[in-house]
Amino acid sequence: MPTRIPSAFSPPGTSGASPLPPGSPTEPTVRAGWLRVVDQVGDFWIVGVLAIMVAIFGILAPALFTRGAWLSISNYSVEYLILAVGQMFVILTGGIDLSDGAILGLSGMVSGAVMQSMLAAHDGNVFTTIVGFVVALVVGAAVGFANGFLITRLKLPPFIVTLGSLTAIGAAPSLINGGTEISNLPPQISTLGTIAIGGWIYVTFLTAVVVAVGFGLLLHRTRFGLRTYAIGSSGLSARRAGINVDRHLVWVYTLSGLLAGLAGMMVMANFNVANPLSGQNDELDAIAAVVIGGASLFGGRGHMLGTFVGTMIISLLVTGLVLVNVNGSWTEVATGIIIVAAVAMDQVRVRLAER
Amino acid sequence: MTSDQSAPDHGHPGTRAGITESGDGKVPVISVEGISKHFGSVQALRGVDLEVHAGEVVGLVGDNGAGKSTLVNILSGGLQPNSGVIRIDGKQVSFTSSLGARRMGIETVYQDLALAPDLSVWANIFLGREEVVKGPLRAFGWLDRRSMIASAQTDLERTRIRIGSVGSAAGRLSGGQRQAIAVGRAVAWGSRVILMDEPTAALGVEQQERVGELVANVASQGVPVLLISHNLPQVYRLCHRVAVLFQGQVVANLRPRDCTVEDIVSWITGAALGTKP
Repeated sequence: MPTRIPSAFSPPGTSGASPLPPGSPTEPTVRAGWLRVVDQVGDFWIVGVLAIMVAIFGILAPALFTRGAWLSISNYSVEYLILAVGQMFVILTGGIDLSDGAILGLSGMVSGAVMQSMLAAHDGNVFTTIVGFVVALVVGAAVGFANGFLITRLKLPPFIVTLGSLTAIGAAPSLINGGTEISNLPPQISTLGTIAIGGWIYVTFLTAVVVAVGFGLLLHRTRFGLRTYAIGSSGLSARRAGINVDRHLVWVYTLSGLLAGLAGMMVMANFNVANPLSGQNDELDAIAAVVIGGASLFGGRGHMLGTFVGTMIISLLVTGLVLVNVNGSWTEVATGIIIVAAVAMDQVRVRLAER
Repeated sequence: MTSDQSAPDHGHPGTRAGITESGDGKVPVISVEGISKHFGSVQALRGVDLEVHAGEVVGLVGDNGAGKSTLVNILSGGLQPNSGVIRIDGKQVSFTSSLGARRMGIETVYQDLALAPDLSVWANIFLGREEVVKGPLRAFGWLDRRSMIASAQTDLERTRIRIGSVGSAAGRLSGGQRQAIAVGRAVAWGSRVILMDEPTAALGVEQQERVGELVANVASQGVPVLLISHNLPQVYRLCHRVAVLFQGQVVANLRPRDCTVEDIVSWITGAALGTKP
């Protein structure tokens, strides 16, 4: 297999130019030993990893199975799950969105500033909240659209464009409200962040799960989803099949921005402030969740369930390590190891598939 | 699935058509007249004339630089000619993209097959022309997977191609099977003519045989094939007629039953031009 560079690092349309070398017969052959086991575990081995982690943490710290621990884990996962869903669409096309954490921060601050001034003008709380949501979603979608536009029209690598967005937009929240957090928000915002249905399911977590399920259906059951995979699998083949690849990519980046805007509102609801530092480095966790979930950075492969599990693994690590009294910095060490292990596992499976 | 053979927009996306038996052998299914193309000062094609009739397998051969790939690109919509006419069933057509060419019923089996390796066989066959369900979910572009899977199975069976499951990823199949998917896709979309660009360049001997059977099988069902190949013994064996491009012109139309491989070679190299009228 020739070494491929993820197309996120090259302009759109230049990768995957030769989708399939015809030849190199790949008739299924009998595989031996542990390789066969790896193959049979299939796409969902990561679910098993999550189960094993739950078991280990549960044995070391039975407090894991309490309501408090669950609320902590699920609450932590909200912003990463929403970001990871958008990030996944981008990664499936062979791209990458480094700016989604920055978009989260920007849309939260812009929305907070708008709501603050609306409250100062004595607008109604509910109306203000609705406008706040719309503003956050529009800001997010607009930045995402700009990313997609630059990537497809100027034929720039997604890595570069979104790195630029990350840098430029990452600084913007500090220019709003003097760079201080905005806490004068409608009470509905904090209510949204504190209500837990039946005492177990935060509304924000439910929102994130609904987003994951909804966009999972979009990905796995609709034409839009199929074409997202197709573009990542072979951009040239998708073009030849008559798909407007550029327009599709603009939609995908817009979607990622839109979801980052939604995540911005969820973070605001959780802390009941709009914080200019929100979202910093979140893109790395979102990418990690997608990759741990089995999606290929080369595009074309991955499942929404994997991304969900990947997010839960990261969230479980954070809470679990606290429960077993380990320094929080080990979370990042563990996450890093899991990322590399997940990709290594993926490579083994790719090589198996090519035999 | 319709089999509307008279409609001029026969092969437009969304209309799947059966393999047609149309063509009485008089009006060519596709014909090009006086096609010229230059790139700057380089004259790649100088007035190419070529006809392909129903049920025919026509080989298009020529040395490197003779203009084969330029002609293929023009016919598949990748390039526009500077002058000349393309007719389908005698009716003049023009198009400016590969999608446009396909709408006119010209399906191309590209050398790289143009498959998405991570997508299933059925998804590859339907990519760009997906079927969606009826009802409210249609607005979301909800895929009618059951229908597409069933159609893909039928399509592949009709071309006598054996693929274990149309649900397997295309990238997991053998080179011959992938070739078969690309051909099966072209046939399934009810095309008027199939262009095959170096279909066996990267295949082993046994798989070359399979592709050969496939080509003959497709043509026998009425869809003509224009086969672009460097593999002269194969062209000689498979084709009813061989058109030789030399310096941007079709200089000979040979029938393999009336000539030898060596005759074809002498036309390709231009040697025949010196000795024959």
